[in-house]
Amino acid sequence: MPAIWLLVIVLVLAVAGYVLGRARVMRSASGDSRILHSLPRYYGIYVAMMTLVPALLLLGIWLVAQPMLVNLATRAEIPSAAVENHINLSLMMSEVHSTAADITTAVNAGTLDEGDLGTPDRASQALGRDIDAATLDAAKHYRSLDRIGDMARSVIVPLLALLFFFYTLSRIHKDMRARNVVEQGIKVLLVSAASIAILTTLGIVLSLVFNTIEFFRLYPARDFFFGTTWAPSFGGGSQLGILPLLWGTLYISLIALIVAVPIGLFAAVYLSEYASKPVRAVAKPLLEVLAGIPTIVYGLFALLTVGPALQTVFGRDALDIMPAASSVMTAGLVMGIMLIPFVSSLSDDIINAVPQAMRDGSYGLGATKSETIKQVVFPAALPGIMGAILLAASRAIGETMIVVLGAGAAARLDVNPFEAMTTVTAKIVSQLTGDADFASPEALVAFSLGMTLFVMTLALNIVALYIVRKYREQYE
Amino acid sequence: MTDASATPAQPSRSRSLHQTDANTKRRNAKEGRFKALGLGAIGLGLVFLVILMFSIISNGAGAFQQTFLQVPVYLDPAKLDKNGNRDPAEIAKVSTFGYAPLLQQGLLQAITDKGISTDLAKASELKNLISASAPNVVRQQVIANPDLIGQTVTFEVLASSRVDGYLKGRVKRDQIALDKNISVAQLDLTDALVKEGMAVKKFNWDFITGSDASESRAEQAGIGTSMIGSFFMMLVVLFLSLPIGVAASIYLEEFAPQNKFTDLIEVNISNLAAVPSIVFGILGLALFIQFGGGTLGISGLKASAPLVGGLVLTLMTLPTIIISTRAALKAVPPSIRDAALGVGASKMQSIFHHVLPLAMPGILTGTILGLAQALGETAPLLLIGMIGYIATNPPDGLISGFVDPNSAMPAQIYEWAKRADPAYYERAWGGIIILLIFLLSMNIIAILLRRKFERRW
Repeated sequence: MPAIWLLVIVLVLAVAGYVLGRARVMRSASGDSRILHSLPRYYGIYVAMMTLVPALLLLGIWLVAQPMLVNLATRAEIPSAAVENHINLSLMMSEVHSTAADITTAVNAGTLDEGDLGTPDRASQALGRDIDAATLDAAKHYRSLDRIGDMARSVIVPLLALLFFFYTLSRIHKDMRARNVVEQGIKVLLVSAASIAILTTLGIVLSLVFNTIEFFRLYPARDFFFGTTWAPSFGGGSQLGILPLLWGTLYISLIALIVAVPIGLFAAVYLSEYASKPVRAVAKPLLEVLAGIPTIVYGLFALLTVGPALQTVFGRDALDIMPAASSVMTAGLVMGIMLIPFVSSLSDDIINAVPQAMRDGSYGLGATKSETIKQVVFPAALPGIMGAILLAASRAIGETMIVVLGAGAAARLDVNPFEAMTTVTAKIVSQLTGDADFASPEALVAFSLGMTLFVMTLALNIVALYIVRKYREQYE
Repeated sequence: MTDASATPAQPSRSRSLHQTDANTKRRNAKEGRFKALGLGAIGLGLVFLVILMFSIISNGAGAFQQTFLQVPVYLDPAKLDKNGNRDPAEIAKVSTFGYAPLLQQGLLQAITDKGISTDLAKASELKNLISASAPNVVRQQVIANPDLIGQTVTFEVLASSRVDGYLKGRVKRDQIALDKNISVAQLDLTDALVKEGMAVKKFNWDFITGSDASESRAEQAGIGTSMIGSFFMMLVVLFLSLPIGVAASIYLEEFAPQNKFTDLIEVNISNLAAVPSIVFGILGLALFIQFGGGTLGISGLKASAPLVGGLVLTLMTLPTIIISTRAALKAVPPSIRDAALGVGASKMQSIFHHVLPLAMPGILTGTILGLAQALGETAPLLLIGMIGYIATNPPDGLISGFVDPNSAMPAQIYEWAKRADPAYYERAWGGIIILLIFLLSMNIIAILLRRKFERRW
């Protein structure tokens, strides 16, 4: 029975549970809902909840666990001699999977009889492709195990639902505290929703760590961290040094910050200290539009507008230091534009948090507005602004689309900002979007790059949040 | 000798407050310069915004117009229906290759009839004017209505992207010397066709509703199918991230005790909000596609499926939604909770019956903004295979919409930006206009919601 039918059965049971639970408690109170502990519907929900949740949980676990167990069992059955025909075990397993799936489709469509599967030759003929004996045996084994699992599932899941259905129904009477149980159940739901944040982080870390370990098994970690050449070749013999990528990343981020920080800071100062209310009401949202524009738009802007524009000044026909439209400068400038509102709104909040008394004190001593800002407000806001800049830096390092489109593809250690260079994020994209097989170091390197990126941005974020939080404590 | 130092005149003592001295002037000038710098910074930011918008609109507006050719085609029975029995099955056997010469012949005939002089004497030399998609258009109409055979019917077909680009000013005469897809004589002919009204630019609905096309048929490509892909992804994001986000926020804001576990959740949420989006793409690839679809064999979790894209974007948007939902819950005053508890509601009832409805406008606003962010996100989609896949066919059902390979709007734009033919750049900019219209309307809805339902306590 397919899982969707099991789901329907359990749902129908739950609805029946709701109706029956409600009816039963009303009968036990002889129709007078005032003497019940909880509202009548809580008794219905109680039965429905207890019928639904354990059965669905079991179904979910089953759906995940059965393929794993069946795979393991099938794998153990395959003789090691047979694997050699298929390069490695995982390729053989995928062959077994597709064969099993094809047999099932053919049987369901009525074009194949189970009896046709006696010999590899007949099976090959029936399925229209070559299947060797070991694969066919494994596929048959896989199918029989899978069928046993499916049958067990079709029995056990509804049985569990029924068990809880009758048990909870039998417990219902007018003094039972149904609401408390239901609310406890809802609370468990709320906690598990909140835990998804932890699970996501865990998922990120695990998927990065496992694949990174796998990569370092195939490629020495020392060469990865200290290699100065990035030259992947899917034929083998790649050189995968991260240094040129890190250099490109940091160079582009530096240019972006050189653009964004002064503009963003001055804009924030003007908005919070000088601007009249109407000016602020117009200029602030307009600046923040820049932050709401998707990065793909900035990428295209870099590739097709800014790059060619820079080339008319620095390109071959003029200064001749910019060989192509994509360069560190192109990506850096555009990324800087993207970060302006990020810096300005964070700094704006921080400057506004500086107490007015400090400004008044400074004015009282005869300082002008700009002197007050430079000598009183700015030093007081400095830790927060540093935090904002660090957050902007972490944004810049993790930015992908602008560099994929605007920075070029060549990994280079160069100081000329008009040369094309590439970044960690751009290489993650290029290594994982090809048709490479996931077991090769050329694809796995993307996970180590991702790990590096994750650690770098995490460190920057933690430091930034720490600084911001520490600063905030001073004035509250 | 002691009083000698007191005698020299000290002019600074006698200065008037009405006269600014040099020092004050200097300080005031500095003040003015500082203020101007601030104003300049804002101006610069706004100038960037204007340049960006200008280049989007000026480059992208062309994608909404397309050149069509009016071609009278003689549907030759000798070629299309050799046996003359008008049997649809037999007519369907004639492939598009059979129709292309008829179109070219028809165009040549029309040119001679109108008395346009051209160096192009052979019908096959007109091939570059007509889109490669045109024969299929004619073929479909003939198959649908076999009685057309033997008549001369005027079809409106797409012009090739070079002709279209020439009329839009993208293809210039002095740049086509090496282009084997168009020649100067063909451009001369195009000018004549425009004069005769046989080539016209029209609003291009197919760009909004159509599917992507192969690399050589830029004139045919549209963003419609990837729009559907984006739509299904947003459905997944909405139906997962809204309940999960609200549940998590209620727990953290109303129930969570001050302990290590709560701290852990809080730290995780604030960090996830700042994790680069590409890392979520890696997570999606490793967790959903490699592990879920591969190791566990869950069908539906495969590369390019909007379901996977939606799951990845859900994980990405959750922190945003949780942060805004918590702010909305926090804004509901404690007196509401106290009043509910006072009349005998349980804590759960006070939250679900009173606090949550009051916080709903704020939650919805935050959700819409989160969705807008997810709609424009590209980087994670690249890793889960939303590019390199040419989405030529729209999904044919609800389930197919979730699990069949498709593209998404930003991924489609990226795909076009990567193609070699400059005709696709125009499409990419046009796609951006559509994407930005969606984002703009979502933001406006969020602002209106906030205006209409926001309550000050």
